[in-house]
Amino acid sequence: MSDDSPPVAPPPAASPPEPRLAEPPADLPSDDPPAAALAEAAEEIATAAPAPAPKHAPEPEPVAGKRPLVHRHHWIVRLAHWANAVLLAGMIASGLQIYGAFTHFGPRGRTYFPNPFDGKSFPHWSRLGGWLAGGLNWHFALAWPFVVTGLVYLLYMFFSGEWRTLLFRPRDVPRAWQMQLYYLKLRKEHPPQGKHNALQKGAYSFILVLGVLSVASGFAIYKPAQLSWLTAFFGGYELARYWHFWAVFLFLAFTLVHVSLVLLVDPASLRAMITGWYRGRFPSHD
Amino acid sequence: MTERRLSRRDLFRLGLVAGPASLAVACGWDGGPTLRPTLRAASLLNDWVGEKVLLRPGHLAPTYPRRARTPEGAFPAYSISRPLPTLEDPDEWTLEVGGLVKTPMSLTLEMIQALPRLTYTVKHHCVEGWTAIATWTGAPLSAVLAMVEPTAAARYLRFDSFDRGYSNGWDMASAHHPQTILAYAWNDRPLTPAHGAPLRLYSPLKLGYKLTKFLTGITFTAERPGGYWEDQGYPWLGGV
Repeated sequence: MSDDSPPVAPPPAASPPEPRLAEPPADLPSDDPPAAALAEAAEEIATAAPAPAPKHAPEPEPVAGKRPLVHRHHWIVRLAHWANAVLLAGMIASGLQIYGAFTHFGPRGRTYFPNPFDGKSFPHWSRLGGWLAGGLNWHFALAWPFVVTGLVYLLYMFFSGEWRTLLFRPRDVPRAWQMQLYYLKLRKEHPPQGKHNALQKGAYSFILVLGVLSVASGFAIYKPAQLSWLTAFFGGYELARYWHFWAVFLFLAFTLVHVSLVLLVDPASLRAMITGWYRGRFPSHD
Repeated sequence: MTERRLSRRDLFRLGLVAGPASLAVACGWDGGPTLRPTLRAASLLNDWVGEKVLLRPGHLAPTYPRRARTPEGAFPAYSISRPLPTLEDPDEWTLEVGGLVKTPMSLTLEMIQALPRLTYTVKHHCVEGWTAIATWTGAPLSAVLAMVEPTAAARYLRFDSFDRGYSNGWDMASAHHPQTILAYAWNDRPLTPAHGAPLRLYSPLKLGYKLTKFLTGITFTAERPGGYWEDQGYPWLGGV
């Protein structure tokens, strides 16, 4: 990757990438909306047919060098992101192992809470720990770096002011609606955006809240007597365990959508999350 | 090579493969001989946090009204021995309290029942994730501690049983907790063999596997004692 390593063309900090904000409609490959691309990709994979040339008009492949190379993510953000991806996978896999020891929710001797996985264990390949004690030890060992990573990230976001680019606020509600209209092809032009569009802000804010709630409900299950006030906040031990479990599926759903959209809508952002440098179609700063 | 060579479609395919592949790595792995000791070390850190940071000596676990009790048939009762361990001659049974104490004692059930009596209805937390509520009656362990007077060197307690050598190690702070009792009654009736007759350790501040049933002795030690499940990898403190 040394051929276009960042130091060669550091972006002039004095001129913000303002034009990016103003010209999205012409800039965006309108002939290649995510849904169409997804369907096409899925079809291709299903038929395993070699695809020498796309059927539609030549893809507006961004020419390297034309767009400015901008620094998009601080190393703390990148480190936190990837550490979190690994740690969360470990937390979920060991959590599924722990779940197998008692595959219901609710107190003994009462009707169990609704749960599509009631009485079922998760497949062997998805579990980490081998048995209950192994799952617990993994879960409790990974919990510390998971919490520390989250705290470091939140502190960075707060003190750097970056939280402004990411936090979903009331004014983002109409913007999110416009963005949704665009995705549904009910609006032609891509709404103007900063580093993240309003739907992204909503998704990323939601996942941070989910992370905090997962840690909090985890502590509520871990020490229901010592932290009885926290356990009571979640409606008691059994409900805290229930919410802790559902968080898994929200995390998985988020990850699926997140990865799909990165790959389909803005693959350049994947590089940005690895190296920090971005040469894509969206603004990198608010 | 540059990432330009990876088309959007290639990346999508990669994602489809990499997702399940990264999950498949888990595969019920317990860390193996390399990582297992590290995990145990992390577990010791958690024990330390649980005992020194999260355990508040004066904080009582929530109690419940008697009507909140779990139906008796639905309250699981675990033991190592099958069938349930029972005493050949219950009248011969005594609790041997010794080790690092000033006054070692041999206590009969009558002596324990003559001590101050504590009854509470609390939630039982099993390490497996289930809970059940019952009423327990017994003598506060702190009353026994006051009688035998542990020496300054005593830092831990080992609880022994006649359930095929099932035993547990406890920290001193949890032993002193006001809700830690030597229980001889369950749901207002004498303890049954299923729940550890004639005497078991009970506390709403510990997971079920720390609450030794079928007690035979309490030994005060300077070194941290192991335990039946703890030696196999379960967290040592087991505090809730």
